[in-house]
Amino acid sequence: MAKKIYEKYEDKLPLKIIEEVKSEIPKKTKASIIKKILDDVYKEFKQSSLEPGESIGIISAESIGEPSTQMTLNTFHFAGVAEMNVTVGLPRIIEILDGRKTIKTPTMEIYLKKPYSEGKEIKKIAKSIKQTTIQDYVEEISVEITESKIKIKLDKEILKEGVVDEKKILSLLKKKAKGYNVKQDRKELLVIPKDEDKNIGEIYRMKEKIKEIYVTGVKDVTQVLPVKRKGEFMIITSGNNLKDVLKLDFVDKTRTRSNDIYEIRKILGIEAARQVIINEVFKVIENQGLNVDIRHIMLVADTMTASGKIRGITRYGIISEKSSVLARAAFETPMKHLINASLIGELDDLNSVIENVMLNQPVPAGTGMPTLVTKK
Amino acid sequence: MSEIYLNGKFIADTDKPKDLMKKFIEERRNGQVPYSVNIHYDEIMDQVKIESSHGRAIRPLVVVKNKKPLLTSKHLEQLANNEISFSDLLRQGVIEYLDAMEEEEALIAFYEDELTEEHTHLEILPLAIVGLCTSLVPYGNFNQSTRLNAGSKNQKQALGFYVSNYLVRLDMDVNLLHTAQFPIVKTIMHDYSDYSSHPSGQNVVVAVLSYDGYNMEDAIVINRGSIERGFARSTYYRPIISEELRYSGGLIDEISIPDKDVKGYKSERDYRFLEDDGIIFPESKVKEGDVIIGKTSPPRFLSSLDEYNLATSSRRESSMSLKHGEKGIIDFVLITENQEGNKLVQVRVRDTKVPEIGDKFTSRHGQKGIIGMIVPSEDVPFSASGIVPDILFNPHGIPSRMTMAHLIEMLGGKVGALSGRFVDGTPFDSEPQEKLRKELLALGFKDDGTETFYSAKTGKKFKAKIYVGNMYYLKLKHMVSNKVHARARGPIQLLTRQPTEGRAKEGGLRLGEMEKDTFIAHGSSLLLKERFDSDRTVVPVCNECGIIAIYNEFKNKSYCPICGDNSPVSNIELSYAFKLMLDEFKSLGIYPKLILKNKY
Repeated sequence: MAKKIYEKYEDKLPLKIIEEVKSEIPKKTKASIIKKILDDVYKEFKQSSLEPGESIGIISAESIGEPSTQMTLNTFHFAGVAEMNVTVGLPRIIEILDGRKTIKTPTMEIYLKKPYSEGKEIKKIAKSIKQTTIQDYVEEISVEITESKIKIKLDKEILKEGVVDEKKILSLLKKKAKGYNVKQDRKELLVIPKDEDKNIGEIYRMKEKIKEIYVTGVKDVTQVLPVKRKGEFMIITSGNNLKDVLKLDFVDKTRTRSNDIYEIRKILGIEAARQVIINEVFKVIENQGLNVDIRHIMLVADTMTASGKIRGITRYGIISEKSSVLARAAFETPMKHLINASLIGELDDLNSVIENVMLNQPVPAGTGMPTLVTKK
Repeated sequence: MSEIYLNGKFIADTDKPKDLMKKFIEERRNGQVPYSVNIHYDEIMDQVKIESSHGRAIRPLVVVKNKKPLLTSKHLEQLANNEISFSDLLRQGVIEYLDAMEEEEALIAFYEDELTEEHTHLEILPLAIVGLCTSLVPYGNFNQSTRLNAGSKNQKQALGFYVSNYLVRLDMDVNLLHTAQFPIVKTIMHDYSDYSSHPSGQNVVVAVLSYDGYNMEDAIVINRGSIERGFARSTYYRPIISEELRYSGGLIDEISIPDKDVKGYKSERDYRFLEDDGIIFPESKVKEGDVIIGKTSPPRFLSSLDEYNLATSSRRESSMSLKHGEKGIIDFVLITENQEGNKLVQVRVRDTKVPEIGDKFTSRHGQKGIIGMIVPSEDVPFSASGIVPDILFNPHGIPSRMTMAHLIEMLGGKVGALSGRFVDGTPFDSEPQEKLRKELLALGFKDDGTETFYSAKTGKKFKAKIYVGNMYYLKLKHMVSNKVHARARGPIQLLTRQPTEGRAKEGGLRLGEMEKDTFIAHGSSLLLKERFDSDRTVVPVCNECGIIAIYNEFKNKSYCPICGDNSPVSNIELSYAFKLMLDEFKSLGIYPKLILKNKY
């Protein structure tokens, strides 16, 4: 009996609301009462939905823009606590909304599976994620100009830790240093060019290259910081490589995240990217102690990701998709748009707001929406 | 080896840089080296730097040797008797100038009794660490630094008695305060700068008290009685200048009452004050638009044909008249000649400005505010002894700004006014507050400066004791009468047909981009259209080619210049700015075609 009543409302109300009503109403409630409740819910739902012609875009823009003017550019630091430098405040918001491909401070929050999330070997794990290159294991690396060879003195103390041994470095060098012979001396490793009269400049460049040879860890992760958050150990990194991190078996794949929208889109898809935009923007606004309704940010994120690709709020992003020439010209680079439009004979239907302001016509929003319809 | 640099250039080196420096300073004190040359030894860089370049800030200090300043009472005596001068002290090495770098080496005592073995210099006067304007702030050392700064800046904008020969001067934009007074609470700088001959404020009774919200947000409430008695009244002088210019071809401007057939002739009424010589007579009351100096100029382009052909005079009207919003009385007329021998007429207009709501006032402590209300004398709260304050200052202005000197000045002013003397408020060297309080108590007042007050409206006693005292208040040059501006209709720009900008051109107030957005956010589409109707035009558009057509008024018919006389033309309503943009497109070679459709 009750089931039928709920079914009736399925195309009127969102499923989530029906579920909520269902869970709140005690069993054995009379059908007529359930119906009355659902009617009231429907009425409330109708009332809180927007009317056609409401300028949600501008309202969102104003709601985000106004508090943003109060945002401080300086970041807050906590003295004494180990902390990573992350872009926050207005610069970060601009970065996200512009849809920048390379962000200033890429970071990851790596959650761990049990028992690692309880702190087991947390330092060791963190270290294993961090990318190391040859220069991390070297005490001194120098070019012997007179003998035209590179001398590498390994740091015995670090090697003692047992992550890498001398052999591994030797084999890495042999693999990467093409055109050079690698020899092991008593104290040092020697990299000698096969071609004897090799230019000294080239040898120097080789030395710089050797320094950057990747040894262990996850590539691009330049810094790791194990922290305890809400009773759980996790790792914060600077530099991101979500793809490789997710391959590690001690990582909780469901919660680990990156702050790079493009990376997320590539690995987890556009919906996840949308959620990252919302989370990141909201985090900044919350950090600044401002109060912006999350739905405004959701609208922005929706517009940015609606096409399946990430498009920033710039003249190359969503603005370039506006159908009206005049609207695009009114935003930025008017000459570019006008000339292109005249070359292909573009037609402007004057369908949106800004063109109608230019022509001094009523804008099609709010009271400007309804028009007379006549029979033909 | 230490390197020696003169003005940044290497000149020599030395083994004993410290000895060199000592010797150098000694020689300078003996007059062997000019006083403006400074030396500094940088121990970290091991460099001796000697500076003689211009542009360094240097300041004088008394030289100290063995806990004793070289400046003795004998010097002071000689100075007082005009036997020696400041430069003599400099020559004797009693006083020397240090720059920022040499100051690093010095340990400077503030007061003489602070001197120890280590001290090398003594301040001539503690007050000397601030400039002229700042030293005019009484008890300035009790203020927060930002307020002190604001206070000294405000004094520069105060109206006062800037010169005494103002009657024969023709300065631009001059304000003179009537009955300006010397401050009761002064600093020694007021004496030294001869402030009594050019004062710039008045001593008034101030009560720290809010009044019906009319002194919220830094506003002040003024007693109408005080204004009627002449408080903060000022006169504004402005000269109007016109010159008989000479042009090529022997033509010349003529200062006279313009003939009626002159191009651009105003109305007879506008010229009514002019005498036969074309210049207004003194003491005439003038308003905006009235001509002050009548003048005609020769035609601008001699070559244009009609100028030759027509027999009538083709001279242009170029009189000087009062601009929009100006009024006054003609004060003074001067007819003279300039360097080139052209006739030059200068007319000075005077206007008395009585304080009104919106005029800006300040004390000397950065506590500026505008008049929020002028209250009739009988409605101003009064003290138990019957004192009715001139100004009601809002207490909320005090805590966040921490202008303690403001409060001390009130106390000092009260003591000064009651005992008939001046109170010395020189920063760092002022009469102590305790002394003022004792004196106030002896005069029969509460020593904290508060008094019992009564509401003038109800006659009831206020529960709180009100802090009252005398203060030196300044009227600042920003007066509403020079700034008020509103417009409903008015002049428009020739190019865009949009309203002009700015008060001088009686312009409109721009409804900008963001303001426009608020209309859209409210969905008030038609109101937005109406707001932007200022440049609305109706233009004929050809239905076929979509180009703006031409309207022939004689035939009362529109036609398209491209498609010919018989093409259909419709009138549409547009903003003129858009029509202008279409024209600009056409000049760029872009064809902006308007496709017309029926709306319904």
